[in-house]
Amino acid sequence: MALLEISHMTLFFGGLRAVYNFNMKLGGGELVGLIGPNGAGKTTVFNMVCGFYRPTEGEVVFRGKRIIGLKPHEVTSLGMARTFQSIRLWNSLTVFENLCISQHYRLGYGLWDAVWRTGRYRENERRVRNTAEELLEILGLRHYAMEYPKNLPYGLQRRVEIGRALSIRPSLLLLDEPAAGMNPGEIEELIELIRWIRSEFQLTIWLIEHHMRVVMNVCEWIKVLDFGETIAEGSPHEVKKNPRVIHAYLGEEEPAHA
Amino acid sequence: MGRFTSLILYGFFCVVVVAAAQGRWVNPYILQIAMFVGINVILSASLNLVNGYMGEFSVGHAGFMAVGAYVTSVLNVWLFSTTKVFGPAVLDPSTAVYLFPATLLLGGIGAALAGLLVAIPSFRTRGDYLAIITLAVNYIVKSSIENMQVIGGARGFMGMSGIVNAMHEAVNLPWILIWVLVCVGFTVWVIHRFVNSTYGKGIVAIRDDEIAAEIMSVNTPRMKMIAFMLSSGLAGVAGGLFAHILGYINPGTFTIMKSTEVLVMVYLGGMGSLSGSVLSAVSLTLVLEFFRPLQVAKWVVVPLLLILLMLFRPEGIMGHREFTDIFPRLRRLFSPKGKEE
Repeated sequence: MALLEISHMTLFFGGLRAVYNFNMKLGGGELVGLIGPNGAGKTTVFNMVCGFYRPTEGEVVFRGKRIIGLKPHEVTSLGMARTFQSIRLWNSLTVFENLCISQHYRLGYGLWDAVWRTGRYRENERRVRNTAEELLEILGLRHYAMEYPKNLPYGLQRRVEIGRALSIRPSLLLLDEPAAGMNPGEIEELIELIRWIRSEFQLTIWLIEHHMRVVMNVCEWIKVLDFGETIAEGSPHEVKKNPRVIHAYLGEEEPAHA
Repeated sequence: MGRFTSLILYGFFCVVVVAAAQGRWVNPYILQIAMFVGINVILSASLNLVNGYMGEFSVGHAGFMAVGAYVTSVLNVWLFSTTKVFGPAVLDPSTAVYLFPATLLLGGIGAALAGLLVAIPSFRTRGDYLAIITLAVNYIVKSSIENMQVIGGARGFMGMSGIVNAMHEAVNLPWILIWVLVCVGFTVWVIHRFVNSTYGKGIVAIRDDEIAAEIMSVNTPRMKMIAFMLSSGLAGVAGGLFAHILGYINPGTFTIMKSTEVLVMVYLGGMGSLSGSVLSAVSLTLVLEFFRPLQVAKWVVVPLLLILLMLFRPEGIMGHREFTDIFPRLRRLFSPKGKEE
């Protein structure tokens, strides 16, 4: 059974064709990239996969379950987590709390237990806290547990956001431009982090990226999107040489006028 | 000491207050003010759940208070007293003393159901638009009551003092005062525990970034529903108590003016600060009472104080913090040994 299977996914915003006939199959364990010029529809693809937009046409099957029509939190609870292009951490909550709240779907208790602090509350709360602590420890964020995310440098905020996504215990991790706004040093760290996460957590990673350095170094397979259509796919090496990709990124040479 | 400190202290405080009332050490006027303080604490703490912790702007809190007040009052008058409209008493008036908490709770449940009127639209809209919906709900409630002749319409509804007297005759204690104290404690306790659990912090995540909350597996419609229903339910309980303090209610009491008063308490105390809400409810009620001799000029002086406060301390008295953040030593007293919360 494939982990994720997208077939003929299409989305119209009124008359605008945002994504057209998008197909993808992830068996599990891959590290794939989705690239394309600005406005190509990359984030829209992610938004449809995680349930934020509903595709006009097509089918998305995740772990054997159709997920079109499910709410984002339901899709997430099936084991899909994502990060955002612009960091969306909860800034009035500490880093530690950020990693706890993202485990909401498997809290296992409700208002009643929270108010009376029942055994179920204590047990589950301990489990949630342990998961968050472990993650902070292995991501090297233990010292920042009680900080507010907005007070952290950009690279660390990204790391916290990835940590928050990991606390969902996903089998598929979607990273939307993880290197955006990072300096070269931070990018090197990020590349290491992505590789390490995949081997450590045994998960499938699908990322959108603009930074060629990240894409070429990290991804095993790349899909290129332009104006909502897939124009190329293949290994990083193949894609780099594909004339349609070069065209989409750099434009065509003007034919000389006679 | 430790985890029960606050409970013991509050229990002791309640005993002192009840003893003072029972022994007639304080005059009835001061007692009534004390009960209004309690009502306002419940109202501002419960509104803070929605406006402070969840970051929505609800301006119709008095509407839910009205629902609770009418449901509890009508139930009590129907069950325990003989009136022209509802006929003879269903139960013996002396049982009111045991059944009062049940009718109070039913009033709260009624108000929580009315809270759905706000909760359901909140799934799709937020911010200013939701504020207008809450305002509309306030008016819907008020106008509906005004047009229900069975419960007195615009003339109001009375007969609760009879119930209070019946309770008093059954067991000679200041019952309404006791229930106000119990409900204040209950409200603060429930809200404190809710917003300090990972479950309840889901609503703070909604305030900070709703989209992130939804995608990070927080069931946002359900959390909103819980927050709105809890908030309006507690307001309904406050309404039920309020009706029995006065012995008479009228829809004119539960207008946007009353909602604004509660709103002011929340913002004065600090959004998302439970101790701030309690502090500001107490102080604003007392200040308003203190300026009573100024008569109409009171409504110039008190808002002026507010303007000044907002100029010099826009985040409210407590800001986002709690008492224990300002006096960390208190924390050692109030939480289990060695455990930092």
